[in-house]
Amino acid sequence: MKTILFLAASVALGTGVALAASGGDAERARILDGYAAQAKAPDFTRFSAERGQALYLGPHAGGKVADTPACASCHTRDPAGTGRHYKTGRDILPMAVSANPKRFTDPAEVEKRFGRDCFNVLGRACTALEKGDFITFLSNR
Amino acid sequence: MLSDLHFRVLTGAAAVALLALSAGAARAGEFERVSPVTDAFTRKECGECHMAFQPGLLPAASWIRIMDGLQNHFGENANLPSDTAAAIRKSLTQAAGRGDGSLIRITEQRWWLRKHDFAPSIWSRRTVAAKSNCEACHRTAAQGLYEDD
Repeated sequence: MKTILFLAASVALGTGVALAASGGDAERARILDGYAAQAKAPDFTRFSAERGQALYLGPHAGGKVADTPACASCHTRDPAGTGRHYKTGRDILPMAVSANPKRFTDPAEVEKRFGRDCFNVLGRACTALEKGDFITFLSNR
Repeated sequence: MLSDLHFRVLTGAAAVALLALSAGAARAGEFERVSPVTDAFTRKECGECHMAFQPGLLPAASWIRIMDGLQNHFGENANLPSDTAAAIRKSLTQAAGRGDGSLIRITEQRWWLRKHDFAPSIWSRRTVAAKSNCEACHRTAAQGLYEDD
C-alpha cells in the first residue's frame, strides 16, 4: 500500500515538474534545434533576435500580398499585441511568447504558417536561418 | 420522496421544452438557419483567418474550386497539408448547398446579392472590414444563425 502511494505521489510530482519546466519551452527548443540543424552552414553560429526583429518589421518588397509588406502589417509592430488580418479583420493571437506561450510549440503549425506567410510577405520561402531568427526574436518578447 | 423528486424533474423538463419551443417560434421569422460547421479541421483551419463559412453557403463545385486553389486563396497563399485539405474538402462538399458553381465568392451568389442590396458605404466601415465578415452584422453567423436586420 505504501509503495503504491509513493508511486502515485512520485508520478504526480514528476508530471508537475515536467509541466512547469516545459510550458512549451521544450517543444520550442526542439523546433529551434531542427532549424539549427537545417541551417548548418560553415558560417552559422547562432540565431539572432536582432535579425529576427528586422525580418518581422520589414518592410519587404515582392510579397504575394501587396497590402502586407511586413509581418507587422497584420501582427502589428508590437508582437505582444493582438493582430488583425489585413483583409478579413479577424483577430490574430499575439506572436510574442510572453503574451501567448503556445506560440511555436507545434512543429506542423509553425511550418504551415511559414509556408504561407513567407510567400505572402517576402514572395519566397524562408530559410531555416530566418525561421530560427524569427522564433528567437519572438521568444524573447 | 422519490416520486416528489421525479415530479419536480419532470415539470422542470417540461418547462425547458416549452421554453425551447416558444423561443424557436419567436425566432423563426428573425433568423435564417444554415447547418453549422461540424468538422473540426474546417472549423480550425478556415476559422483562423475568417469565419468558417458553413458548407451550405456554396455549391460543391465552388468548394472544389476553392480547395483546388489554396495557393492563391483570394490573393493570399493559404496552403494546407494535403491530408488536412482532403478532410476539409470532404466536409464542405458533402454538406454543400446550391448556387452558381462557377462563382467562388459567397458574396457574388445571386441569393446573397438579393439579401444585401444596400449602400456600398456600409462595407467600408472599420467594424465591417469586408463583405466576408458576416459576424459584423449577423452576430451569431458562426453558429449558422443569420439574423435578418
